[in-house]
Parts: sequence; C-alpha cells; structure tokens
Amino acid sequence: MVKRIIAKQEVCIGCGLCEVYCTVQHSKSKDIVKAYNSERPKPISRVTVERNKPVSFAIQCRHCEDAPCVTACLSGAMQKDEKTGQVTHNKEKCMGCWTCIMICPYGAIKMDIEGHVVTKCDLCQGFDEPACVANCPNQALVFKEVKP
Amino acid sequence: MSKYVIVGASAAGLGAVEAIRKVDPTGTITVITDETCAHYSRPMISDFISGKADMKKINCRTEEFWKENNVEAVMGKKATALNLTEKTVQLESGEKISYEKLLLATGGKPFVPKTEGSEKDGVFTFTTIGDAQRIAAKIDTINAKAAVVIGGGLIGISVTEALVKRGLKVTIVELQDKILSLLLDAKGSDIVETVVKKAGVNVVTGQSVQKILGKPGNDGVVGGVLLTKGSQVACDLVIMAIGVIPRTDLVVGSAVKINRGIVVDNLMQTNIPDVYASGDVAEAYDFIINQNRTLPLWPLAILEGQVAGYNMAGKTTTYGGGTNMSSLKYFGIPIVSIGLANPKEDPMLEVLVKQDFEHNIYKKLVFRNNVIVGITLVNSIERAGILFYLMKNAINVKKFKQELLSDDFSWANLPVGLQKKMSLVQ
Repeated sequence: MVKRIIAKQEVCIGCGLCEVYCTVQHSKSKDIVKAYNSERPKPISRVTVERNKPVSFAIQCRHCEDAPCVTACLSGAMQKDEKTGQVTHNKEKCMGCWTCIMICPYGAIKMDIEGHVVTKCDLCQGFDEPACVANCPNQALVFKEVKP
Repeated sequence: MSKYVIVGASAAGLGAVEAIRKVDPTGTITVITDETCAHYSRPMISDFISGKADMKKINCRTEEFWKENNVEAVMGKKATALNLTEKTVQLESGEKISYEKLLLATGGKPFVPKTEGSEKDGVFTFTTIGDAQRIAAKIDTINAKAAVVIGGGLIGISVTEALVKRGLKVTIVELQDKILSLLLDAKGSDIVETVVKKAGVNVVTGQSVQKILGKPGNDGVVGGVLLTKGSQVACDLVIMAIGVIPRTDLVVGSAVKINRGIVVDNLMQTNIPDVYASGDVAEAYDFIINQNRTLPLWPLAILEGQVAGYNMAGKTTTYGGGTNMSSLKYFGIPIVSIGLANPKEDPMLEVLVKQDFEHNIYKKLVFRNNVIVGITLVNSIERAGILFYLMKNAINVKKFKQELLSDDFSWANLPVGLQKKMSLVQ
C-alpha cells in the first residue's frame, strides 16, 4: 500500500510553509532566497494550500490507484509505478498539453509555464518524509498508509 | 491463431493491450497497423514539425512496449477484409489472421473536402507522423515561406503554431465565423484569435478554399489558394486540417453495424459477438448529451480501448462515458473546454461567465438543474480538474455555484462531505 499525505484540516492554520519548503526542496539551489528570487525556470510548489476562511488544508498528488492522469496523458510522461504505487511524472517526455490538469479531480497538478511542462508531488524521493510533512509547524500533514 | 487481434496501434489499441495484459498475462495478442512507426503520440505530431519533439520523444510508451507486453506486432501492413464467420482478418498480402476476440481500433481518417487542385504537390493532410515527416521534409526541400491551413479547429491551430515556429507565414481558413468554434463561444474565440494574429497569423473566417492554385509556370506545384469570396492567398503549402471521420473502410459491407462510426454498447462491443470497437472509429457514450457519438480524442480512445481490453479478457468493465473535452497549449494561451461550450439559448440551461480581457482570461460554466454541463477556461485552467470532477459526478453545486468561478476557488470551497469522500481531509 502506498503512503499518502493526509491533511488535518482542524489544525491547519493556512500559513503556507508547506508550499515554501516544497518549492525549496524542488529547486536546483535548495536555497530559499535563490529559489524565490533568481532561479529559472522558477521552482514551483507541488503542494497547494486550499483556503476558504476559516477553512484551510494542503493538497498534493494523491498517487491514485487508478490514476486518471496516467490514462489521459498524451505523451506517456505520467506513469503508474506498479512496484511503489506512485504516480511518476517524466519531465523529459511531458509535452505540456495540460490534459492531466483538465482531468485531475484534486486539481493537484501544477503548470510550469516557463518550462512548458506540468509538475506534481513526487513524495520527495530519497527523503524519509516529504518536505511539506516534515516542516509543517502544526503537524497538520501526516504521511501514512491509507486505503486507496 | 491469436487469442486477441487488435487492428490499429494508436491510443485505443495501446489502451486495450495494457488492459488485456492486466487480466491475461499470456493470451496471444496480435496488433495490426499500416503505420511503420510504433506507439507514438499522435497529438505530438505538431511538436515534431516545430522541432520540439524528436522521434524518441514522440514515442509515448517504452521502446520495448511490444516485447514487454508480449505482442506480435504486424507493422506496415494493412488489414483489408474481415470474415466474421471464419473469425479472420485478412491483410493486403492475402495472409489471414484468425482471432477469438477482435478489437477494431482503426481510428479516424482526415476529412478532405473535394477541392479542385488538391492533387497538387504541396497539399498535405495532418493526422499521422508520416504526414508530419512529409511536411517537415517539404518545408526544408523547397524552403517554404508560406502556408494555408484549412480548418481553424484544434488540429488546424496545432499545425499553425508549429509552422509559425518554423518561420512560415500562415493563413488559417475557417468555414465557420469563428476559429475553435466547437470548443469556444464567440468571446473565447475572439481572445484566441487576437493572440494568434499577434503571432503573425492571418485568420480568414466564414470562407473556404474553392480551388488550390499552381505556381506560375509550374501548375503541378502549390502556389496559392482561391477563397470562396474570390480573393487569393499565395502559399507554398496547403494543410488540410479540418478534422477526422471514422475510418470504417475495413467494416463497410460486413455485418458490423455502422452509424457515423461503429456502433458499440457500454462494454465497447459491436453488434457482432467477440468483436469490439474503440477510439475514433467508434460511437461511444457521451455523458453530457446522454447518447453515443464519435469523439476523436486521445484520452477517450485510451479509456475506451482499456474497457474493450478488459472485456475481451473476461473482466466485465463498463465505460462511464466521455464528452467533448480538450485542453490546448498553443500560442501560449492555455485553454480547457469540456462539454457544452456554446449552447443555444435554452431555458433549462444557466450560464455563468467571468472575464478579464486585459489578461486574456475568460471563464464560463454552463449548468443544467444545478449540475455543471459545460466548462470553458481560457488562460486560467489550473483548477479545471476540480470542476470536471463536479461535472463527471453530477454533483449539485447550488450552494457554492457563485464560488466556482472565483479566482481563489479551491477544494476548500466544497462541502466537507466531498472532501472526506476524496480523502483530502481526515
């Protein structure tokens, strides 16, 4: 079973730090100042804080069992890794057609306009915990196994 | 003898292979295609012309896709006849391949209106990688400077952008009053037309090409077009990009029932036992208009192919339906259009619009009984999927209808019950 990131809406204060840490984690420089001010193409947060005051919670790719983005992908860039259960996105193959954005029920896929591709949560490959989970000051994000 | 025979190796055929292999790892699969380039992304052929995608990138599966899925691929050979009693498919060479289950995934063929001069050197259709290669080669050989693209729909716009990137002066000739008229209403279309014109494209609407003209002194070679209202446009290339029609040649005259496309049920079965059809050649279910129709769209073809594949392999699977849905990336102006884009006045329908012409933003939703039945988003598409989810699941949006078009619309605007159902929150 794949581990997913679940939001605890009742403790999310909508601070947006998850977006900041995600952006830095996925920048080339891994430096917050450079990531936000000078890096090109601009690093993009793959997590979004959904806000409708007083409600807020973070959303990122759910790595769906039967992922609509994988079926719909025009280029073969979006794939389901049968071993890890993760939905992976190959930037080199992506043609930036936005079909996955049209089809993702979570609105979890982001446009990288400068790169002419999409981007999405990769669960921070190679780290114990995704950056958004590790750095949430309120522990409003939990990384755990859930039923698909 | 092959357990599964699939005619066509594009989206529907690929979807079927993948689905069959999930259920039946060993049953023999034969895929027949008259194309020689395997499993490539048809929507990417304009990127091939522009130079953005090479032959490696255009491959939308792994290099070893046939091998990995243990598929016997019959490439570059055309299936010419069916024998439904004998259960065989005959190839051009006369060779017969027998099947237990057959999928007709022959796709679409370009619609080419009868036009005087269309046999001239320099006239192309635009649906296959072969077309794209021929166009790209022609541009290089004759150092083409100008092109006329017949058709201002999705295909026409895609090839126009590619030609502009190659430095050609392009004229789009569209019979309707507006370009992209199947995807956008007049306001949406006007935004795109302005952007396209700014890129140097000449847009002619409300006219068609009545005659393709030759070059002075060399009548066999394209030199221009004569439009229906009498004016002429000089060009080196003419691209017919009006659209596709179901490629039913193989089944015409057989007992397989054809309407516009091949008639299928929600298991993608035709009227003949063990014969299935999917993709551009089939008339599959549209959940917005609540009837079957041809919808030549890549994601739907994959999905329909998957449904057929599962059913062929014995795992009963129902097609939930698709609708007219496209996303466009061309000329730097992202567009999403799903369902009813430009419905006629109808007391049953409610329309909400939000526009910001300064930023080329236009958003429109169409509702029937408080359910979304039409989504148009121009230059503001990132939340399209959430709206599509509400549409596809026919969720009553009465309580939050006004929020759907707000700039900061998100899942936080939707009921907690839905958020929990989708496991977004605990």
